Amino acid sequence: MKILIIAEHKNGALAEATRELFGLSLGQAEIHAVVAGEAVAPLAEPLGQLGATKVHLVESLALAGGTGESLGQALGQVVPRIAPDVVLAAHTPQGRDLAPRLAATLDAALATDCIQLSCEGDTVIARRPVYAGKATAEVEFTDDSLKVITVRPRSAKAPEPDTARSAEVAQATVELPEQKTALKEIIAGGGERPDVTEAAIIVTGGRSLGSAENFSIIENFADTIGAAVGSSRAAVDAGYRPYRDQVGQTGKVVSPQVYIACGVSGAIQHLAGMRTSKHIVAINTDPEAPIFQVADHGIVGDLFEVVPLLAEAAKNRNGNG
Amino acid sequence: MNIFVCIRQVPDTTTRIKLREDGNGIDEADIQWIISPHDELAIEEALQFRDRQPGSTVTVLSAGPARVTESLRMALAMGADAAVRLDLPGDADSATNARSLAAAIGKLGQADVVFVGKEAIDDGAGAVGTMLAVKLGLPCVNVVNGIEYGDGSVTCRRDVGGGNIEIIETPFPAVISAQVGLNEPRYATALNIIKAKKKPIDTLTADELGVTDADRKTRLRNFELPPPKQPCRIIEGSPAEQANELIRVLAEDVQAI
Ligand SMILES: Cc1cc2nc3c(=O)[nH]c(=O)nc-3n(C[C@H](O)[C@H](O)[C@H](O)COP(=O)(O)OP(=O)(O)OC[C@H]3O[C@@H](n4cnc5c(N)ncnc54)[C@H](O)[C@@H]3O)c2cc1C
Ligand SMILES: Nc1ncnc2c1ncn2[C@@H]1O[C@H](COP(=O)(O)O)[C@@H](O)[C@H]1O
Repeated sequence: MKILIIAEHKNGALAEATRELFGLSLGQAEIHAVVAGEAVAPLAEPLGQLGATKVHLVESLALAGGTGESLGQALGQVVPRIAPDVVLAAHTPQGRDLAPRLAATLDAALATDCIQLSCEGDTVIARRPVYAGKATAEVEFTDDSLKVITVRPRSAKAPEPDTARSAEVAQATVELPEQKTALKEIIAGGGERPDVTEAAIIVTGGRSLGSAENFSIIENFADTIGAAVGSSRAAVDAGYRPYRDQVGQTGKVVSPQVYIACGVSGAIQHLAGMRTSKHIVAINTDPEAPIFQVADHGIVGDLFEVVPLLAEAAKNRNGNG
Repeated sequence: MNIFVCIRQVPDTTTRIKLREDGNGIDEADIQWIISPHDELAIEEALQFRDRQPGSTVTVLSAGPARVTESLRMALAMGADAAVRLDLPGDADSATNARSLAAAIGKLGQADVVFVGKEAIDDGAGAVGTMLAVKLGLPCVNVVNGIEYGDGSVTCRRDVGGGNIEIIETPFPAVISAQVGLNEPRYATALNIIKAKKKPIDTLTADELGVTDADRKTRLRNFELPPPKQPCRIIEGSPAEQANELIRVLAEDVQAI
C-alpha cells in the first residue's frame, strides 16, 4: 500500500498535526509526503526523518498567496501522478477544506475527522465520531477507489525524528488555471495563547464568571500551565469571550489531554464539543451539575476561590520541579 | 437571482443516541429531527440576500427519506419560496449526496449562489458543500462568518481557526458554507408554520437524479457508544488542599503538567 501524507506547514515548520500522522500505525505501507507552497524544499529533511521515503515538492508562488481553490487544483494534478492508495491529511482548517475538494475532483472515497486509523496489508480501518461524539462508527470503504482521509489532531503521538533517515526528493510541477477566488487579506487573531483546537490542556469558563474582566482568573491559571482558554456559549453570548473560544456543538469540537471546566454546567450542547477529551475536570458549586457525570475529577466549590489557588499550586510545583 | 440552500435533517442534539441491534446505525424510533444548526444560518443568509435582490427566489433542497419533508416545511415557514426533496436513503454517503444535489440544481435551473452549512452535526463531515461545488464547477468558500455583497461578487470572512480570518473574494455563481456568527436565524412564526403545511414539496427520485447505489463509496458500520465513564472522583478538603491535590493528580497521575 502507498500512503501519501499531505504536509501542512507554517513559517517554514511542519504543523504538529502533520507530524502526528506519521505516528499512526501504518503497517508496512510505503509512505510518501507532498508539500506545496513557496520555498518548501527544506521541509523534505524533517519529513524524511519522520518516515517518508519520498517527498514531492510542489513549489509554486501562486500557492503561497492562494486559496483552498488553488491548493485543491494543484494536488488534484499531483496526486494521480503519485498514484497512492490513501491520501492522509490532518483535520485542520486547511485539511478539512482540502480533503473534499480532492475527493470530489478525483472521484475518491472520503472519510473526514477520523480518530482512529490503522493500515494493515491492503486494508484501512478508520473510525470516526458521529452525532457529536455520542457514538463512533467505522468507515467501510465500499470499493477500491482512492481513499482521502483526514485525522483529528491529537489522535496519535508524533514519532521522534530519526536523523539517520532521509527521503528521496522529487519536484512536481503544476499548471493552475485562472483562479476564481482571491485571498484579499489575512487578519491575525492575535493572542499568544494556544488555540483551543491545538492545545493539550484547555481551561474553560462559563457564564458564572460574570464578566469579561473576571476571565483573568481563568487566563492566569491557563497561562501557568500553558493551556488554552475555552468558553461556554453562555459566556460568549454574554460578551465575556470571543466566539473563537466557544466549545460545543455550535463552537469548536476539541479533544485535549485535559479539559478543565470551571463554572460550566455541562449542557448537552457543551458536552458535544468536549466529551472526547482524555481527562475531564469539573469545578462547580453545584454537586448535581451534569458536568460531573462526564468528569474524571471534580471539585465542588467556588471557582473564584479554587481557580486562583490552582494557579498558585501549579506555580509552586513548577518552581520546585 | 436563483438562490439555493442545501439542508440536512439531523437528530436534535438533546436526543439520546441508541444503537440499532445490528450495530450498523442508530435506532430512529424516538428521534426528534431538526434542521442542522449551521443550515439554519444558510437559510437565513439566503432569505436576507433574496430580500435585497428583487425578483430572486430561494429554493431549499434536502436529500433524504420522507421524514425530511418536515424540515423542508420548516424552511418554507422561515420564508423560502420552494422546497424539493431528493429521495435518497438517510445513510447516503457524502459523495452520493453531493452528486444528487448537483444533479438537482442542474435540473432546477442555473444557480447564482448555493448556501450550505459548515458541517452537519450528525456526521460532522463538512464535505457535501465542497464536493457539490466541485461537481458544479463552482468556486467554494468555506466556514464563512461574514459576507459583503458586491456587484457580481462577494467578499467573505472565512474563519480559519485560532481567531484568524481570511478575507476571500469570489465571483458569482459560488457555493458558500455558513459558520456561526454569519447571522441570527429567524424563528418561523406559528402562522407561517401552519401556512407552510399547505405548500407543495416536489420530489426528485434517485432515477431522475441519475444516482444509484454504485455511487456510494463509504458506509458507516460497527457503531459503538463511548465506554461507560468511571464515576467522577470528588476531591475533598479545604480549598487549598483541593487545589494542591488536583495539581498533583494532573502532574503525577495524568502527567499533563
Ligand atoms: C442549538 C444550540 C446550540 C448550542 N451550542 C452551544 C455550544 O456550542 N457551546 C455551549 O457551551 N453551549 C451551547 N448551547 C447552550 C447550552 O445549552 C447552555 O445554555 C450553555 O452551555 C450554558 O453555559 P454555562 O454552563 O456557562 O452556563 P449555565 O448553564 O448557566 O451554568 C453555570 C454553572 O456555573 C455554576 N456556578 C455558578 N457560580 C459558580 C461559582 N462561583 N463557582 C463554580 N461554579 C459556579 C452553576 O452551578 C452552573 O452549573 C447551545 C444551545 C442550543 C439550543
Ligand atoms: N442530505 C443532504 N441534503 C441536503 N444538503 C446536505 C445533505 N447533507 C449535507 N448537506 C449540506 O452539506 C453541508 C455539510 O454537510 P456534511 O458534509 O454532511 O457535514 C450541510 O450543512 C448541508 O448544507
